[in-house]
Amino acid sequence: MLEAAAAAKVEEKLYQNRYLVDAGRPHIKVRPHIVPSKALLALTHACPAGCYSQNDQGQVEASVDGCVECGTCRVLTAKTGEIEWNYPRGGFGVLYKFG
Amino acid sequence: MAQERFDAIVVGAGPSGNAAAYTMAKRGLKVLQLERGEYPGSKNVQGAILYANALEKLIPDFREDAPLERHVIEQRLWTMDETSHTGLHHRSDDFNEERPNRYTIIRAQFDKWFSRKVREAGVLLLCETTVTALLRDEKGKVVGVQTDREGGAVYADIVVLAEGVNGLVGQRSGLRPELKPDTVALAVKEMHFLPPEVIQARFNLKGNEGVVIEAMGTITAGMTGTGFLYTNQESISIGIGCIVSDFAESEVTPYGLLEAFKAHPSIKPLLENSECKEYAAHLIPEGGYKAMPELCGDGWIVVGDAGQFVNAVHREGSNLAMTTGRMAGELVADLKERQAPCSKAELGQYRRRLEATFVMKDLKKYRGIPDFLHGNKQVFGLYPRLFNAAARNWFRVDGIDKRTKEKEILTAFRKGRTLPGLINDGIKLARAWR
Repeated sequence: MLEAAAAAKVEEKLYQNRYLVDAGRPHIKVRPHIVPSKALLALTHACPAGCYSQNDQGQVEASVDGCVECGTCRVLTAKTGEIEWNYPRGGFGVLYKFG
Repeated sequence: MAQERFDAIVVGAGPSGNAAAYTMAKRGLKVLQLERGEYPGSKNVQGAILYANALEKLIPDFREDAPLERHVIEQRLWTMDETSHTGLHHRSDDFNEERPNRYTIIRAQFDKWFSRKVREAGVLLLCETTVTALLRDEKGKVVGVQTDREGGAVYADIVVLAEGVNGLVGQRSGLRPELKPDTVALAVKEMHFLPPEVIQARFNLKGNEGVVIEAMGTITAGMTGTGFLYTNQESISIGIGCIVSDFAESEVTPYGLLEAFKAHPSIKPLLENSECKEYAAHLIPEGGYKAMPELCGDGWIVVGDAGQFVNAVHREGSNLAMTTGRMAGELVADLKERQAPCSKAELGQYRRRLEATFVMKDLKKYRGIPDFLHGNKQVFGLYPRLFNAAARNWFRVDGIDKRTKEKEILTAFRKGRTLPGLINDGIKLARAWR
C-alpha cells in the first residue's frame, strides 16, 4: 500500500526539480539483455528517481529524464556491466536550487 | 583554452574543490577550476550543516556575507520505533555565541557564495564543463585534463580531483577503485518550506536559532542508515539514507522510505502545512578509513568525498572536504614555492600532514564502525524497539509497581537479544568505537 502510494508520488517529487534535458542524448543506457541480473532488477526499486522499469518481456528499461545523477545504478551494476553510465554533457541534467 | 597552461586544475566546485582552488590562488598560483553544473552547487546535495571551524581557517570573516540559515543551538538524537521516539537532546544557550560553531545552510546557495570568493581570489572558473579524462605524459604523469568542450584539452602541473563521491575521472583513470555498494549510502532529501515564525514556534526558537535532529531505528526498515531533519530560516531539510547494498537487497524504494519517515507521528507535526519545493538524492561515502583510496600520484591529488573523507558516525563531511582541500592546496603551493615537482614522492606529504589533523585521527578512530553497523542490524530494529518499549512501560502510570516494570523491561531485553548477545554487542561496539 505504502509502496504503491509512494511510487505514484516520485513523479510528483521530480516535478518540483529543475532539469535541462539533453534531448535525444540520454547519459545512461541499459545494455541490451535477455534476462536482467539481480543487480539490474534491483534498480527498478533502488533508483531514487524511479528511472528504471521492467517491460512486458521482463527486461529492464531506463528513462533518464528525471535522473538526479546520484550514481546508485552505476555502483550497483558496476560488476555486471549492464548499464553504460556517463554524466550529462556540461550544463545539462538536474539543476538543484537548494541541493 | 588549449594553449594556456595552469599551475593547477581543480575538478569540481564543491567545498573541497573550492577550498583547494581558493588556497592556491591566495598563494599566487594560476588556477583553473572546472564544474559540470550550470553554476557551482547545481549538482551538489548535502543535509546540510556547515561547521564553522573548517571554513574559518580559509575565510575568517565568512559570517559577514555567507548565506547562513540558522546557527544550531539544539541537537536531538532520536532512536525510533513505529510510533515513538526516545531521544537525547542537548540544547544550550552557550551556542548563542558571537561566532557560532555550526550552522544549517542550503548548499546551492552556499556553494555559489563560496565560489564567488574563489573567483575573487583569482581562480578562473569554467562551468558547464565536464572533465572526461586525465591527460598523461609518456611517463604516466598526469599533465592535464580532457573536457567535453571543443578542443577541450587543458594542461597544468597538477590536477586536484575534487569531483565528489561519484567521481568518474579518477575512477575511470584507475586512480581509485570502484565504489562498493556496501560502503556507500544513498540519501534522499526534500526541502519543505514554512514561514520562519512557524518554524520558530514549532521548535521553540527565536531569531536565527536552529535545531537539528538525527534519527535512527525502524525508520530505515531494517537497513543500515539514518534520517535527519534540519531547520533552515524558512524551510526544513528532511532526508533519509541507507547503504546502497541494503536498498538493493530489500524491496523498499528510497522515496517510499522518505514518505514513511515523513509520516512518522514524531515527524509529521513538524512538517505540517509545509510546501515541498525540491527532491534530491546523493551518494555518501561511508566506508571510512578502510575504504580510503590512494590519495595522490604523479601530478594528481584527491580531496573531499572523492577521497572518502566522510565521518559517518558524526555526520561530518563538508568540513573534512574543506580541510583536505585546503591542505592539498597548501602543499601544492609549498611545492611551487620550493620549485619542487608535483611528484608522487613530494605529494606523499599530503597524507602525513592529514594524519596530524582531526581528519585522519577521527577516520582512524572509527575505522571499525562501518563493519560493526553492517554486521549488527539489531541496532536499527531490535534495540530501538526495546528502548522505546522500555520508555513507554516506564513512563506509563497504570497501577503496576515499579519493580515489576523493571523486571519486564529487563526480561524484554534478555528475550529480545539474550544476555550473551547484549554483552557481545556492547563489547563489539566499544571495540569499534575505540
